[in-house]
Order: sequence, then structure tokens, then C-alpha cells
Amino acid sequence: MTLLYALLSLAGMGIVFGGVLGFASVRFRVEGDPIVERINALLPQTQCGQCGHPGCRPYAEAIAAGEDLNKCPPGGEATIQELADLLGREPLPLDAEHGEETAKTVAFIREAECIGCTKCIQACPVDAILGAAKMMHTVIAAECTGCDLCVEPCPVDCIDMLPVDRGIEGWHWPQPQAHEQLLTSDRQPHRHQGAAA
Amino acid sequence: MSDLLLILVSAILVNNFVLVQFLGLCPFMGVSGKLETAIGMSMATTFVLTLSALCSYLTHQYLLVPLGLEYLRTISFILVIAVVVQFTEMVVRKTSPVLYRVLGIFLPLITTNCAVLGVALLNINKQNNLLESILYGFGAAAGFSLVLVLFAAMRERIQAADVPQPFAGSAVGLVTAGLMSLAFMGFSGLVQL
Repeated sequence: MTLLYALLSLAGMGIVFGGVLGFASVRFRVEGDPIVERINALLPQTQCGQCGHPGCRPYAEAIAAGEDLNKCPPGGEATIQELADLLGREPLPLDAEHGEETAKTVAFIREAECIGCTKCIQACPVDAILGAAKMMHTVIAAECTGCDLCVEPCPVDCIDMLPVDRGIEGWHWPQPQAHEQLLTSDRQPHRHQGAAA
Repeated sequence: MSDLLLILVSAILVNNFVLVQFLGLCPFMGVSGKLETAIGMSMATTFVLTLSALCSYLTHQYLLVPLGLEYLRTISFILVIAVVVQFTEMVVRKTSPVLYRVLGIFLPLITTNCAVLGVALLNINKQNNLLESILYGFGAAAGFSLVLVLFAAMRERIQAADVPQPFAGSAVGLVTAGLMSLAFMGFSGLVQL
């Protein structure tokens, strides 16, 4: 009988405490800062680190804390404009110290020359390079963000940055002017609206 | 009243948990590298020890004794302390981010610390009542904090000192802890309890 009491009381304590903790984890859930999420959704997610932060999310946190919003070369003027709209700040020209805006590119490995050293795999921030030691590597073009980080470590210089072929569906005339100088009716739809929603 | 004061002094100095009873040595050696972390750890320990002394007393008095299950106290104290600490961590994280940044990482660390369980079990052994239990827990934590902060300050000095190669690092830390323990043994004539 005592044994039964012992079992029941321990099991009871376990169940009650488990319930309390489960309730607490729902009731006291901590949401992240929502503005950081929205800034992060506008950034291009190249994780290239050209802004001086170890990825896009840390830079989003830094912007929310008051850092300048013109340090993102992959995003370019368009991203700066969107960030300025979101935060109600003045759009600044892209800070040349962190790099210049270039056309969107994608990495391509000349596979005959690849020696399988895996150095580019380690450099890739988004795991878009596939391969193993002493095996040929290749780039998953859909995952590549064009951040150039894999070009530098390659010992045989077999990585090219090729401009992205948009295909017949996505092609449009190149924009004649920077985004904010256009008339409102001429603007392209915002690139990141889908991601932000 | 003087009884309560005696309990406090005894727990802080005479029967210091770390240096006289040798409980809670792992955080004592582990987080004493920097003064800042030592202070954070001290605050978290004070909080957890006081709270766990209260909770384990209540568990023992109102659940285990009426059912005649005193032999289950170790496992049920571990359970109660772990749950209380985890719950508090969640509440603190929600309500006060600043406090969470100070205490946060240390709270789960000390959940299963031997000093925490030691306070709960010693309270039963000494047959303390509710107020005495809480005070004993607080005293033990204050003693722990005092020693930890002193020791961390010393280790920061030792970092800069020219220690012989075989003694460098934690070896000289252990020697220092031994000397501090000797010093605290000197308090043993202060209070008779």
C-alpha cells in the first residue's frame, strides 16, 4: 500500500509539474523583436557579410539598434529605399566602403579544373556548393546568392561569377535610372513583397 | 530572534557551504574566472537557494510526511527544485529581459547543484521550521556568494601574477581555494550551534 502511495505521489508530482511547465512555456512565450523580423525580410539573405556583420539577421538587429542602413551591396539602392520607407529614415547612398552594387550573379565551377579541395564549400554561407573531398564540386544555382565568398578561397581559380540568366519569363528592359528617381507609375513591383508578407 | 541571526552567521561564515562543507565546488572553480560572471552566478544562486529551501520544505512537510514517504525526499526535492527554477526562468525571461540577461544563463546551471540539494536535505536533518529553512537557504547562498566573489577577485589578480609553470591555471586556483578554506576554518570558534 505504501508503495502504491509512493508511486502515485511521484507520478502525480511529475504530471502536475509537467502541466505547469507546459502551460508556462505557452503563456510566457517570448516573441522576438518584430521590427527585426521585418528588416530581415527586406535584406537579400545572401549572408555575405559585406556589411561587417556575420549574416543578414545580425545586420537587421544592428539596423534596428540604430546602425546605418546603407551597408548592403547585394541589396543595392532598392533595398536601401525599402528600409528607409519601413523605418521612416532618410535613404542614404550606398556606402562604398562595403562594396558596390553589381548585377545579380551566380557562381559556376569549371568542373574539369576542380581538384576537390572543399575550400569553397566551407566558405559558402548558404550551403549552395555540393561535393566531397577529392571529388568534383558543383554549385546548386537555385541556392546560390552570388555573394562571391567562394571565389577567393579557390586554389585553382576555377569559380566564375556568371550573370544570372533570367529566362524569357523574367526578362525586362534594364532600368534606366535608380529606383527612387522614377515616376511612381514606372516603378517595378517591390522584389521583397512576397517575402515580407 | 537571536536564533535566526545565529543561523544566518553560521551558514555564511562558520559552516560556509563551499569552504567548510565542500558543497558546490564545481561552480566555485568553474565560474570564478571573471568577477562579472561570479557576481551574476552569486545572484542566481542566492535566488535559487532561497526559493528551493522554501519549496522543498513545503514539499516535505505537506506531501512526504503525511504520506510517510520521507525516503523519497531526495528525488522529489530534485524534481521540485528543477521545476521551480525552470518556471522562474520562463517568467523572468518574459517579464524582465534585463534581469534575464544577468541571471539567465546561470539559472539552469545551478538547478542540480549539490549545494542546492544540500540545503534542502540539511534543513530536514536540522528539523528547521519554515522561517529557519528559508533563512538557512539564504545564509548558505550569501556565504557562497561571498566566497565566490572573493575567490574570483583573487583569481583575476593571479592571472597577472608570475606563477611557476607547473602551478599555472587551475592548479594555483585549487591551492588558493585550500588556503581560503584554512582561513574560514578559523571562524569555527565564532558560534556554537
